[in-house]
Amino acid sequence: MSFLELKDITKSYGTLNAVSDVTLSVEKGEFVSLLGPSGCGKTTTLQMIAGFVEPTSGTIRLDGRDITHAKANSRGLGIVFQSYALFPHMTVFDNVSFGLEMQRVPKSDRRPRVEEALELVHLAAYAGRYPRELSGGQRQRVALARAIVIRPPVLLLDEPLSNLDAKLREAMQFELRDIQRKVGTTTVMVTHDQAEAFSISDRVVVMESGRITQIDQPYRIYEHPETEFISRFVGKTNLLPGTVQAVNDRAATVSLGGVPVEIDAGALVRGDTVTLCIRPEKLRLTGTGLGRLPGRVAERYFLGSQWLYHIDGPLGTLMAVTPNDGSAPLDTGEPVGLDWTPSVVRVHRGRLAEAPDPTLEAH
Amino acid sequence: MTRNGPIALIFHSLVVLFMLAPLAIVCLVAFTPENTLSLPTRGLSLRWFEAVFRHPDFVQSFWNSLWLALLSATLAVVLAVPAALAITRWEFRGRGFLNALFLSPLIIPHLVLGVAMLRLFALVGATGSFGWLVAAHIVIVTPYVMRLLIAAITGFDRSVEQAAYSLGASEATVFRRVTLPMILPGVTGGWLIAFINSFDELTMSIFITSPSTVTLPVRMYMYATESIDPMMAAVSAIIVGITAVAVLLLDRVYGLDRILVGQH
Amino acid sequence: MSAAPARLPTPLILSAPAALLFGALILTPLVLTALLSFNEFEHATGRTHGFTVAHYAAVLSDSYYLEIFLRTFRVAALATAICVVIGVPEAYILSRMRNPWRSVFLLVVLAPLLVSVVVRAFGWSMLLGPEGPVNAVLMALGFGRMRLLYNEGTVIVALVHVMLPFMVIPVWTSLQKLDPAVEQAALSFGASRATAIVRVVAPQILPGILSGSLIVFGLSASAFAIPGLLGGRRLKMVATIVYDQYLSDLNWPMGAAVAVLLLAANLIVMLTYHRVVEGHYRRRLG
Ligand SMILES: Nc1ncnc2c1ncn2[C@@H]1O[C@H](COP(=O)(O)OP(=O)(O)OP(=O)(O)O)[C@@H](O)[C@H]1O
Ligand SMILES: [Mg+2]
Repeated sequence: MSFLELKDITKSYGTLNAVSDVTLSVEKGEFVSLLGPSGCGKTTTLQMIAGFVEPTSGTIRLDGRDITHAKANSRGLGIVFQSYALFPHMTVFDNVSFGLEMQRVPKSDRRPRVEEALELVHLAAYAGRYPRELSGGQRQRVALARAIVIRPPVLLLDEPLSNLDAKLREAMQFELRDIQRKVGTTTVMVTHDQAEAFSISDRVVVMESGRITQIDQPYRIYEHPETEFISRFVGKTNLLPGTVQAVNDRAATVSLGGVPVEIDAGALVRGDTVTLCIRPEKLRLTGTGLGRLPGRVAERYFLGSQWLYHIDGPLGTLMAVTPNDGSAPLDTGEPVGLDWTPSVVRVHRGRLAEAPDPTLEAH
Repeated sequence: MTRNGPIALIFHSLVVLFMLAPLAIVCLVAFTPENTLSLPTRGLSLRWFEAVFRHPDFVQSFWNSLWLALLSATLAVVLAVPAALAITRWEFRGRGFLNALFLSPLIIPHLVLGVAMLRLFALVGATGSFGWLVAAHIVIVTPYVMRLLIAAITGFDRSVEQAAYSLGASEATVFRRVTLPMILPGVTGGWLIAFINSFDELTMSIFITSPSTVTLPVRMYMYATESIDPMMAAVSAIIVGITAVAVLLLDRVYGLDRILVGQH
Repeated sequence: MSAAPARLPTPLILSAPAALLFGALILTPLVLTALLSFNEFEHATGRTHGFTVAHYAAVLSDSYYLEIFLRTFRVAALATAICVVIGVPEAYILSRMRNPWRSVFLLVVLAPLLVSVVVRAFGWSMLLGPEGPVNAVLMALGFGRMRLLYNEGTVIVALVHVMLPFMVIPVWTSLQKLDPAVEQAALSFGASRATAIVRVVAPQILPGILSGSLIVFGLSASAFAIPGLLGGRRLKMVATIVYDQYLSDLNWPMGAAVAVLLLAANLIVMLTYHRVVEGHYRRRLG
């Protein structure tokens, strides 16, 4: 049995289902991220684990114990809030020590534990400060120390890094992962930043309008998004609607507005409407006349380590990304050829929908 | 920010003069050595202050007002804190009604409240009771406390309390250790503004005080309608002094502009 | 984020003490007073009983009462108008000051609000008295001694003094919400200072002015101490006749009727305001 188990969790607010039928198992010591667009129910899910929101139906088990209706202050979970939620009228030391005090840890034992926790987040020197005297990153680390000092079975993080600037955020991502490894706490983090989810999680849970659409390792989510929505939400992608024209045992031919493209057959049959997804970095730019399709550079953007091109061609405008290897980039207007390996093309059944229906799962 | 022009500054000076003149003259006249209301042109004297302290009615009224203001401000805070929490933290039937009820003394003229309470007190035989006077004052100062408390409670981040719960604190502990300290400026500010309002209240009190419970403003009103001598100025100067101290305190603990701007 | 799950009517328990007090000391007395205003009054014995609308009829037909009501509303309206004329520019000037002047003068203009109204009325009676500084200045300028006390003008001046903070506060509040860049934007389009104020600033602080006017009017119409101390015996206003009816004539039903009418007038003005202003401006100005 898994350490933390959510089974068929649903939360309705009147007619709105903020969370529907969420089932999720988290192993001991695992780092799991809930990823999804704003309003998809991530915070609600986390708050139900924390005990601040009562599920309309379903059960939550922690280490085999049913905690669905347990009070928040009896669950003993560590929580880091998006706003940090530090006690403004207490020093850093008192903030961290509060949870131990609530657990009736004797005073003499509290001090070394608080100091240890502050050490871990590199804030030992700031114990006497008040939260308002700290920078954003320091506050965030106090919040983390306050949560882990009680040695919670599960650490819950709600967008813990979203208030930080890009650089600090990246540094904190690694630090967070580092600390989590050291302490070995099972962690559930909410984020809408895919880079953050990918870089530090063991597994990523993608949510969409209250439902889980995919649970997988970060790499698999990126390479094998199960829905067209995920492929659009996670990273950039070229989406090409088409119809299956011919199928043989290994390959299928899809007509993209008259242009035939070969792909791996999968379970497709003739006449299926499909959407092909090709990641921009999987498109290779070749010399004119080579490759599978001709094209012309319409626009180019410098991204530092990469070049992003918009290529006009028979399929419309496609995005392509090439590493910035120091050579001169292509100029706008320059003709190019586009090539790719058939195995990198992901296929989703159905047409592009404006608001993708989560039941439209392919494969 | 652009500067104000000369016309604006002249206008502003006149307004300031207008606002301060009546208070200034009261304070000056209080120090007159004369027997009549006049500016102290021939030296300063404290004789009228002494007269006030030797006047048993004024002294008694001062203590009445002080106790009344202390009690009603304190009890108003005690009642308003849970009520403000209920109104800001829960959705329930009758919430809008209660909110309107608690703020209603701000729009019901004190004169009307005075005659209404007089009627009630006459019917229940409470005329002249200090306890009922306190209750009446609680009612008229509670809205000021409520306003500051509601602002303080809605202004703070609920997740701070959730953090305390998640660390294992009980509801009582969260209130004592987190909620209360965080709304404390609102509570103190509310207490002070309630104190001042109760201490100054005339229009309602004039209907419901008896000779033994007469408050200072009522006593002064009576006195001013009958005789005018510099003792009146001395009492007024004392009140200006007390108010000034209270205002400075208020400014310290809460910021006067925040209180007054939240007051209307 | 939801509030604590509402298993018990916790909010009702929390607000019960205050609600009971307010029920007992606001609702009950108001109802009793409304009922009292329909009682007959026996001048000989002072007993009240029965049912009559005579007091309302008297107030609404007797020219003595009508004149007092008219005077009260006239005085309140004039005081309100003067408060607008003085308070609005003053709030604007204050908002354009730099700190620390801004805080200092805000305090100077607003703090008198906290000084007992009796003290302020007394101050005005000294300022305007026959031996007071205003008369001294007038004499020095060759106008001769003037009788400045016990007339409508005095009452209005003192009311303006008492009410001005109530006008400055809401206007100041709306000025605080106003983005200074908006006025600068207007200037950058080539508008003159005056145009910028009239076209850009004024519409945005109008709700503040209206709200201030309402408070000033309501408080002025029911003001008691100022007319009581500065209006003398002849210059009666609504509040002073209620006082007389209750404490001199002991005709409580009559006093109650006047009080009920005053309350009704106040509530009508307030509710109309809410309808008009809240509906119209809140939508437009958020
Ligand atoms: N207390 C509530 N009452 C009614 N609806 C709510 C409540 N809390 C959340 N919702 C709704 O539930 C849905 C999910 O909200 P939730 O806060 O879980 O989203 P989220 O994924 O955390 O979004 P974000 O990334 O913006 O934080 C939203 O549509 C939200 O409006
Ligand atoms: Mg959220």
